[in-house]
Amino acid sequence: MLYIKCPHCGMRSQNEFSYGGDASVKRPELNKEVSDQDWDNFVYNRKSLRGKHWELWQHISGCRQWIKVERDTATHEIFKTLKADEEISL
Amino acid sequence: MTQSFRLNDVGLINREKKLSFKFNGVTYYGYEGDTLASALIANGIHLVGRSFKYHRPRGFFGAGVDEPYAIVQLYRNGETEPNVKATEQELFEGLEAKSVNCWPSVNFDIGAINNFLKIFLPAGFYYKTFMWPKSFWYKVYEPFIRKAAGLGVASTKHDKERYEHKYEYCDLLIAGSGPSGLASAYAAAKNGARVILAEDKSRFGGTLLTSDVNIGNQTGKEWADGIISELKEMPNVTVKNRSQVFGYYDHNMLVMSERISDHLPSTKKFHPKQRLWYIRAKEVLISSGSIERPLVFGNNDTPGVMLSSAAKEYLKVYGVLVGKKPLIFTNNDSGYETAIEFKKNGVDPIILDTRKDPQSEIVDEAKNLGIEIKFSYVVVAAQGYKKVKSADISKISDDKEQLSTIENIKCDCICVSGFWTPTIHLASQSGNKTQFKEEIDAFIPGESKQNEKTLGAANGIYTLDETLKSSFEAGNELSKKITNTENKVSFPNVVEKKSTVHDKFWCVPLPKGKNYKRFLDFQNDVAVSDIEIALREGYRSIEHVKRYTTLGMATDQGKTSNLNGLQLVSKIENKVVPAVGHTTFRPPYTPVSIGAIVGREVGKHSKPTRKSPMHYWHEKNNAVFVDAGVWLRPRYYKQGNETLFEGSKREAKNVRSNVGVCDVTTLGKIDIKGPDAAELLNRVYTNAWLKLPVGKARYGVMLREDGIVMDDGTTTRISENHYHMTTTTAQAANVLSHLEYYLQLVWPDLNVNVVSSTEQWAGAAIAGPKSRDLLHKLFPNSDVSNEGLPFMGYMEGDLFGVKARIFRISFSGELAYEVNVESDYGNFMWEKIMEIGEEFKIQPYGTEALSTLRIEMGHVAGSELDGRTIPYDNSLEGLLSKKKDFIGKRSLTREAFTAEDRQKVVGVVPLDKKTSIPEGSHLVKDSKAALPNPKLGYISASCWSVEYDNPFSLAILKDGKNMIGEKLFVMSPLKNKVIPVEIVSSHYVDPKGERVRS
Repeated sequence: MLYIKCPHCGMRSQNEFSYGGDASVKRPELNKEVSDQDWDNFVYNRKSLRGKHWELWQHISGCRQWIKVERDTATHEIFKTLKADEEISL
Repeated sequence: MTQSFRLNDVGLINREKKLSFKFNGVTYYGYEGDTLASALIANGIHLVGRSFKYHRPRGFFGAGVDEPYAIVQLYRNGETEPNVKATEQELFEGLEAKSVNCWPSVNFDIGAINNFLKIFLPAGFYYKTFMWPKSFWYKVYEPFIRKAAGLGVASTKHDKERYEHKYEYCDLLIAGSGPSGLASAYAAAKNGARVILAEDKSRFGGTLLTSDVNIGNQTGKEWADGIISELKEMPNVTVKNRSQVFGYYDHNMLVMSERISDHLPSTKKFHPKQRLWYIRAKEVLISSGSIERPLVFGNNDTPGVMLSSAAKEYLKVYGVLVGKKPLIFTNNDSGYETAIEFKKNGVDPIILDTRKDPQSEIVDEAKNLGIEIKFSYVVVAAQGYKKVKSADISKISDDKEQLSTIENIKCDCICVSGFWTPTIHLASQSGNKTQFKEEIDAFIPGESKQNEKTLGAANGIYTLDETLKSSFEAGNELSKKITNTENKVSFPNVVEKKSTVHDKFWCVPLPKGKNYKRFLDFQNDVAVSDIEIALREGYRSIEHVKRYTTLGMATDQGKTSNLNGLQLVSKIENKVVPAVGHTTFRPPYTPVSIGAIVGREVGKHSKPTRKSPMHYWHEKNNAVFVDAGVWLRPRYYKQGNETLFEGSKREAKNVRSNVGVCDVTTLGKIDIKGPDAAELLNRVYTNAWLKLPVGKARYGVMLREDGIVMDDGTTTRISENHYHMTTTTAQAANVLSHLEYYLQLVWPDLNVNVVSSTEQWAGAAIAGPKSRDLLHKLFPNSDVSNEGLPFMGYMEGDLFGVKARIFRISFSGELAYEVNVESDYGNFMWEKIMEIGEEFKIQPYGTEALSTLRIEMGHVAGSELDGRTIPYDNSLEGLLSKKKDFIGKRSLTREAFTAEDRQKVVGVVPLDKKTSIPEGSHLVKDSKAALPNPKLGYISASCWSVEYDNPFSLAILKDGKNMIGEKLFVMSPLKNKVIPVEIVSSHYVDPKGERVRS
């Protein structure tokens, strides 16, 4: 079970969190023209990376905050966690 | 029966307390502190089972977790447990055990015929033989294999025992209480670290209990006892025996199973049988020791052949002789220690040493004691069927290739020592890259991946002095880093006998003309010849060899067999062992009971149960409950002998003609506040929200980004910046996370707060033509007339002193209201409604009537909003705003979503107006068309229309828009039904929606 540092609550076990997918995905702005390709990329297309990956988790059984976690998908090593409003550096 | 193999004054057992037990129906006696194995051996019993494949007689091979043979069916306190290792099971008064894998009895086993057919049962036998004809597999082969090859029998009864889970955090977790575990725990504890020391056996001390050493002028055992009693007194230390750390997971999470009651005749009241510990440790010290390796020779599975370390343990811990004419067969000094113990207790052993001329203190001691030693000698084969009677032995050439003349010597046991294999399971599970250590012919941990360090014998260190020194240091260093305190303990003086190098030889060649089975894996009957076949047939990877031959795949997971298997592969393939590599070590290290893994989450505890504040009223009034997610909801209120069909029909009819009340507390509720609340709703819902006035409710549909309907519900504007959102019962948690996602990550500029208020409000839906009359009486001070509280209106009211929220919303399609009060007043509200509603012939209605009402009205719900449909499919396209953007809008322009013949919800009525339509059935054009018959749609929900008194269903149908009036067939192959139907509008009752506004 992973041990995740919630930036708000500290070290907590994985079973307090819920996984939320790729953190690098940016929702296209509202009321803007979006091409089919861009929309497809936003809704469906994800890279299945081996290695470092920024992902979203929500601390659902804790502070309910969405956080960003940099995790190695192969080794499960966690390098860094950020609050929702902090920018990730890819 | 007398304990004729028990010594009088040796051992750690309690001779004051005699225990009786039964094995295969015969009563025997042992002592407190015995294992089932030691007690049986004390009684001269060596035949305990039959092997897996050939049904060969099996005895005892080890004295602990490594035991491959002595697996029994245990009976305890009216329960039975399969696959219990006799070497691990502690004796208690009244214990009963039986042999497994033998029929009709262990002494006369019909399956043993396999032993004489063994030439036909080589590696991969099952794969090769039981393949054709295919139809034979289920009927003939599988039942035969299962009957012939099963181990124990699992109980089919409900397990009454209680199992617990515990979560724990510590600075250092130390797995194993041998010398390295004790030393490191002691040093760390002295530095103030929070330490958990786990020992799998009942006694602490590991090899210190059996080895002839001296630490600080004490025997090994005395020193261990002293350390343990001191550790037990320290508040920062948890010492646990009967506790196996069996798995090492990510981020230093380890799992340990504690056997709390297995050694007792029955579990004490309120005590668990076992407890599973989830331990998050800052540092892990692995002091799991090592396991002796077997030597491989002909018939080396005969009862009476066992590890020399096990023989020593039976003698020194239990005061039991495994034999009175022991033969010790060794390639290293360890066998001598066992021989010396025999000699000291009046038994004359003979040592066969594969080495030519070993020089060491231990060898000298054996010589001085007058023990007969034969150098450059091997056991060629054990003789005897159910017990060793003699051994064929021979001198072996210096190159270990040539046997000499075979001699036969009498003996009643053969104690083998093929040197030691470090127990690296935990280290390997942690991700540690193991490495091969040439001097000990075994793998040891290499570079650590997690915060883990392996000590002592588990790390390939076989001298006590070095083990203690390095362990004290490791415990001190690691704890110092955590606690910033150092109270260094003085290092004791260690006296131990020096040993010399072992012989790398371990597999005795077959004598000419003999084809003895030489076993590697004793539990799965894998012999040297099986590995040879696998390699000959082209299996090269050790992982493939393992699966083809089943080497190391039994309940003992090859603790005694894996390394010899590797050595054999490396020898045949002419590769070094590290090039062959080892198979993956996976948790659990030893079998863990399913009960312990499941813990308390059984039966009604397998998920939380949520009950509304009115639950007990429902219960008292004969409600039949149904699971709705984690909630319990009344399905119908049973009157007399009513069936569900009759009861729900009565309740629904009463709503249509009088008034009914339904508990809607379970609906998800989200409280939304903030100046940008309207803007959030406007983005989340597909329709427009900016102009909703205060005191008004609106129905809304929300989508996922891929255009699929996520949920629906009404949201009410309570005040300027305050909204009350409702969700379906099932989606409540997801909708809250969904809102939080957008507020926190996508539009953090919106100034809105959302919080779940589901539990804070109790809800009652009051529906039916007489509902307004009832409301007038419930709220005499409020104007609930059609003008005062119109459809989709909202007001606050006073319910006999309780503040209430009144919403005029309808799910049933009737004139209806929903009243919410704070949860604590839920029952009060309900009872008032029932009391005052009596004159209007009110009846409570459950979820079944609720479904009937909404289905015949054509209101879509969970069975249509099933994660596969878009708004159009549910005839909700009228709610899609063209003026504004919203979540998922862009996806609705996808080609498939705008297809002319896109699926749409329709109504379905059977032509005979009688036959009920099963939910999930398919709709087809031609019931007799060739298969696969093209499917046009499916039945999403069915009911018996109380309005028209005939069956009615909703369906999602291809090109539904243009299908009204068509005649189709409903087909349910599951229920074997073909029903001719007519497609009608989904709005079967009151299509203009006049009632809700009346």
